[in-house]
Amino acid sequence: MSYISLSDPDKKEMLARIGVSSPDDLFRCIPEGIRLKKELRLPQPLSEPELISHFRAIGRKNREGDHLSFLGAGAYRHYIPAVVDYLSSRGEFISPYTPYQPEVSQGTLQVIFEYQTLVCQLTGMEIANASLYEGASAAAEAVLMAERIKGRPKILVAGSLHPQYREVIRTYVKNISVRIEEIAPDTQGRIDIEALGRAVDNQTSAVVCQSPNFLGVVEDLDRVAEIARRHQALFVVIVAEAVSLGILKPPGAGGADIVAGEGQSLGLPLSFGGPYLGFMACRQDFIRQFPGRIAGETRDTEGKRGFVLTLATREQHIRREKATSNICTNQAWCALRATIFLESLGREGMRELAYQNIQKANYALDRLCSIKGVSRKFSGPVFNEFVLEFEGGYRKIENHLLRNGVLGGLALGPDYPGLEACGLFCVTEVHRKDDIDRLARLVAEAVR
Amino acid sequence: MNREPLIFEISSETKKGFTLPRLDVPEKNEALAGLPLREGISGFPQVSEVEVVRHFTRLSQANFCIDTTFYPLGSCTMKYNPKINEKIAGLAEFQNSHPQSPPGLVQGNLEVLKTLEDFLSEITGMDTATLQPSAGAQGELLGMMLIRACHEDRGDPRKIVLIPDSAHGTNPSSAHICGYRVQEVKSNEQGTIDLAALRQAMTEEVAALMVTNPNTLGVFEWDILEIAEIIHAKGGLVYMDGANMNALVGKFRPGDMGIDVIHLNLHKTFSTPHGGGGPGSGPVGVKKHLEPYLPVPIVEKGPSGYTLNFSRPKSVGRVRSFFGNFLVMVRALAYILSSGASGLKEIAEIAVLNSNYIRKSLEGVYHLKYTAPTLHECVFSDKLQREHGVRNIDIAKRLIDYGLHPPTMSFPLIVPGALMIEPTETESRRDLDQFIEAMKAIAGEAVETPEILKSAPHISPVRRLDETTAARNPVLRWEGPND
Repeated sequence: MSYISLSDPDKKEMLARIGVSSPDDLFRCIPEGIRLKKELRLPQPLSEPELISHFRAIGRKNREGDHLSFLGAGAYRHYIPAVVDYLSSRGEFISPYTPYQPEVSQGTLQVIFEYQTLVCQLTGMEIANASLYEGASAAAEAVLMAERIKGRPKILVAGSLHPQYREVIRTYVKNISVRIEEIAPDTQGRIDIEALGRAVDNQTSAVVCQSPNFLGVVEDLDRVAEIARRHQALFVVIVAEAVSLGILKPPGAGGADIVAGEGQSLGLPLSFGGPYLGFMACRQDFIRQFPGRIAGETRDTEGKRGFVLTLATREQHIRREKATSNICTNQAWCALRATIFLESLGREGMRELAYQNIQKANYALDRLCSIKGVSRKFSGPVFNEFVLEFEGGYRKIENHLLRNGVLGGLALGPDYPGLEACGLFCVTEVHRKDDIDRLARLVAEAVR
Repeated sequence: MNREPLIFEISSETKKGFTLPRLDVPEKNEALAGLPLREGISGFPQVSEVEVVRHFTRLSQANFCIDTTFYPLGSCTMKYNPKINEKIAGLAEFQNSHPQSPPGLVQGNLEVLKTLEDFLSEITGMDTATLQPSAGAQGELLGMMLIRACHEDRGDPRKIVLIPDSAHGTNPSSAHICGYRVQEVKSNEQGTIDLAALRQAMTEEVAALMVTNPNTLGVFEWDILEIAEIIHAKGGLVYMDGANMNALVGKFRPGDMGIDVIHLNLHKTFSTPHGGGGPGSGPVGVKKHLEPYLPVPIVEKGPSGYTLNFSRPKSVGRVRSFFGNFLVMVRALAYILSSGASGLKEIAEIAVLNSNYIRKSLEGVYHLKYTAPTLHECVFSDKLQREHGVRNIDIAKRLIDYGLHPPTMSFPLIVPGALMIEPTETESRRDLDQFIEAMKAIAGEAVETPEILKSAPHISPVRRLDETTAARNPVLRWEGPND
């Protein structure tokens, strides 16, 4: 399959105008000795029908679709309204570049402006950027930003922050002089306030805490903020499940200085982990340290409202090594999908969606905990995920579920020593009561 | 023309664009106990489905895009995005796949990852690759981290990264975030790296050189072998920014010619859609000596299928969650499979042919600061038009009136008033000629009626926008009338 649009006579005439006899002549600027002499070792080209059959065959090797799944842990299955796929697949949205020419990119730019507004409203913050890559690197950007603002060598990170987010933060800060200290969760599954109180000092740039956290528990943000503030450390709140913001008190109202997280829940399919949507919001006075693209409102020469990318003096193409981040291409199309999703659901829809997640998760929690040998590991309030502990260990349960076509919760042993007998279960609005009852039935069989 | 209002301005109480199924589990008030709840989200829109559809459809119509318009943004490689690849990326088996699923249930996904890694290694001549970085800039950052890890492992941490003055802004920024001091290397009058300057700059404090090849002028670094020798002789490593790899596929393999690390942009060379500014994908290819430091996990093929290896003691760690922008990779793999070896080579050839055709046609009409032969793009400037008070931005905005997207202007910094033009291989002769004729007409207007250029564009949804005020008095979100 070729997507070239030149005819053979076109090629000939164009070569003649340039004054060479073959396309190969145009590569004489690459020294002969280093040009590739052999053909690349790749399969023969496929036509369109062959290509789609090829990928259908690969797709069939994924056996996950036959399963009822209760996996969450940073990637959430939610219903995606048809308008999201329909509108986002328009060529005018999917095939432009970054809106460097605002006069012919008002569609993309207004979408970003609306998206920034929605993120501010959801998080309760003053400003938001046009998107970052995904939740984990957004968390790392938030940490780097906090360090630039405070210039102190210590960052305190909740142990209940998503393990991969913690890993990415460590990778990002490795080469600057910053020390990461982790604060373990308490028996409620919340950040240990006592331990945090002892760890925060005037050398601390930021306290980083996820809510709902990786163990499913919703944090008491006010208390954490209060402790961070004692030593003027910044409070960074990470949100990995953005649907929770439909009903939970926004981080901005809980004292957050910077909010970063993952927007996959807002209209993006699971996609084996990407593309997802990193989001970030902060207080207005941090604007000069804010990473990433930002759209702003302005006027044209006739006084009409329009939108442009703005505050570029923070960015790499102007500031080069002094930029606030090296990010260039981000996730504009994913932000578009989130914008369509949020505007379709609207105020009532987002609240109802979040409410159903809480109710269904709690129904599942009640059903499962009524089984002998199964208990709730942490007592803190949950949104749509929770940790269960199994008397005889989790492995046996997990296998029994799999044999019966159910993907149970994520086994926590690998990331949390001491939680080997635990699984992290996620229940959202896509699970019907029947699905949850089936899970409970199978777990009851397995523990017996 | 009436502009589309913001969604918030057409919102009114009680409207809904989507209805959830009725809750089918017993409601319990205790479920909410202990949860900090919010009131309704203040200012959040309330609109009907049809309003949403019209809103976004109208907004989309205010965009130029590759499906409607020639879009010669130099270095951004705006080539056609094959539609079959969208359909493939939309297959339910890929879309609905959870990244925490056991490897045994996602063998198809792992096959995609491993196959693409192998193909990209073959195309670049590297020994292996990671697909984790989310975009080119994150690939650069990871590349720098790998270089640092390698030097530190040898007990020789270094401080400096050399970057030519023609480089894209992400290069110095990525090196800086990795803790390196950036030292600029001057270009010679050909626009390529000045060997004498490079020799002088290269010391045992230098960790690496970041080189874009072909560089941002579209010029191939003719001395690449010697450049690599100079760097390697003092223990440095050579990083290649592969943003312009579309000029080289099937013609030149960086890994054969002294490059230690390279990043690619799948959303450029491999035709995945840019989406108005992402998602991209920035795989990194490395030679053997950097392989131990690659991020986790590594996909491995064993006798009983594909597995994930997390046990990599020297790994730099992760740069993002999960496996990267998977659905972007699916599209890129589809593109490579549909092209094959012969097709990829043809892509480079036609991209270079189209670019040289434009260059030849506009030489003399616009000033070409660097006259060395170019590959996939050419960089003119506004020098001739400046005599009439016309700048590159005026030329760019006037192109919009001709129904064409402007070229890149923000770099390379070594060409003041740059007009960086990259047509890619997918344009037809007719589209190329239209662009050439428009550029010639505009050059004429610059002399005859420069005011038309300075007040352009005239027929876009909005006229020229005031970017200075936008930055001086930032309005970054809608504020409700009552806020």
